[in-house]
Amino acid sequence: MAVSPGGATGSLVILDPTDESAPDARTALRRPASLDGLRVGLLDISKARGDVFLDRLAELLADRGITVRRYAKPTFTKPMPPDLRRDVTTECDVVIEALAD
Amino acid sequence: MPAEERETVAWPADGYVAVVKQDCPTCRLVEPVLAGLPGLTVFTQDDPAFPEGVADRRDDTDLDASLALGIETVPTLVRFAGGVEQGRVVGWSRAQWAELTGVAGLGEGLPEYRPGCGSRTQDPDVAEEILVRTRGGSLRARRLEIAALEDEAEALFDRGFTDGLPVVAPTPARVLRMLEGTSRKPDEAVAVVPPNLAEATVEKVAINAVLAGCRPEYLPVVLAAVEAACTDEFNAHGLLATTWGAGPAIVVNGPIRAEIGMNWAGNALGQGNRANSTIGRALQLVIRNVGGGRPQEVDRAALGHPGKVGFCFAEDEEGSPFEPLAQSRGVPPGRSAVTVFAAEGPRGLADQISRTPESLARSLAQGLRSVCHWKLPGGFDASLVLSPEHGRTFREAGWDRARLHWELDELLLLDRAEITRGAGGIEEGVPARASDRPVPKFRPGGYMIMYAGGGAGMFSAVIGGWAGGPGGSAPVTREVDPWR
Repeated sequence: MAVSPGGATGSLVILDPTDESAPDARTALRRPASLDGLRVGLLDISKARGDVFLDRLAELLADRGITVRRYAKPTFTKPMPPDLRRDVTTECDVVIEALAD
Repeated sequence: MPAEERETVAWPADGYVAVVKQDCPTCRLVEPVLAGLPGLTVFTQDDPAFPEGVADRRDDTDLDASLALGIETVPTLVRFAGGVEQGRVVGWSRAQWAELTGVAGLGEGLPEYRPGCGSRTQDPDVAEEILVRTRGGSLRARRLEIAALEDEAEALFDRGFTDGLPVVAPTPARVLRMLEGTSRKPDEAVAVVPPNLAEATVEKVAINAVLAGCRPEYLPVVLAAVEAACTDEFNAHGLLATTWGAGPAIVVNGPIRAEIGMNWAGNALGQGNRANSTIGRALQLVIRNVGGGRPQEVDRAALGHPGKVGFCFAEDEEGSPFEPLAQSRGVPPGRSAVTVFAAEGPRGLADQISRTPESLARSLAQGLRSVCHWKLPGGFDASLVLSPEHGRTFREAGWDRARLHWELDELLLLDRAEITRGAGGIEEGVPARASDRPVPKFRPGGYMIMYAGGGAGMFSAVIGGWAGGPGGSAPVTREVDPWR
């Protein structure tokens, strides 16, 4: 077994064969402390009853004075169409996605 | 643990240091001697409770002290004064221990002499870890982590590091072993690699050589090939970006061919020889990974060919009727060199009847003429790989390489009437001109002749190239020895 200095237990460390111009890994943005003033989107991936969950969430957010933009993927079986991805990223600061059915 | 995070080991500036392991019979033999030596610090490589009776006994199961002291055999006894080593004794020798310590009559009842045992630092099971610990600090490449639950081969595909075939994971230990193939430092620059014009260091080339499956002794050849391919004359960028399907090929000359076990005999241009297969692949992986040259991105080839995974072979200098290709291109005899050239896949050229050089040359000229298009002159380069059964005819006739070139040049003067657009019912061709002077198929120096292959088969091979010369790619030769 190769020795992996600095690696987590059981992981394998390799050396990057590229020019290293691309980031090694992407990290999630920090979760905002508050939704005040942020543009909130609700994304329905078109799984069954995702809309029920998101409708209720929209009501709860409205009670707090937060209006939301609604989006839906045509189907959960395929990646989001690029146009929809662009709309979401340009129109929202925060997105809540209903993933499961 | 990386070397920089480890604590520096220390021992008293004055006195004796012994390094032992319980597993060694000689160390157990000298246990009472150690217990009786004043001013002694003992480092134990395996059992921290061994040896008994020593006041300053230290655990060296991580081998830091052994490595710092350069221990190869246990027991080793070292004398220090003012922090400077004054001398050392390896194994047990009553006379030498007495001389080093100034204590007479040491080890009463023990034999006069017993050889020591191998230090734990020499054990194969820790060799890799020690290699990384002691020399890993010389590596600068970003470290990437493949998680425990990821399949290593799959992860390397997913990260886009491969040409479509599996690669060897470039762990720090493997890269360090690869770097033993050259005396060059890991951070030395080798070339600026197109298309992204990224600098390739010796380390980056070594990483890709590991991916490709190279052995360390191949590394100088890979380095020379990267150097050659990234020259302005070879123009790897243009060769990559063209919609034509050629890629870089490497032909190797000189003593290194045999030293690393390359193939120049049967199936020389084919699969099955590790050096041939992996050296060419390493060059292509450098262009892919360091340069960023990927198919359907900057690599715009309409078709490509299987040899773009890697195309490398050696010339049969011993059997050749000609001087080695590298010598004909200015490399002194006895030196190793690579010549990189633009290459499509090789195409066989049969002539089993010709027994005169004149007739055979005509056959070869016909094959060369078909490069790019039978009716198109002047643009594309090519290479001819002459096989032994064809080479024999030229040897027996006393033709050298220059003579064959000269004869082929004559035979490759194309009749303008045959190559004009529309001639032969083919619209492709050269524009009609007033002149009826014949047109040379190749630019001056536009084709190379090499010699390789198995002893049976009256078949040579034509390897089409790409646009030759300053506007395209010209073959480039570089010596290997500076990269050793």
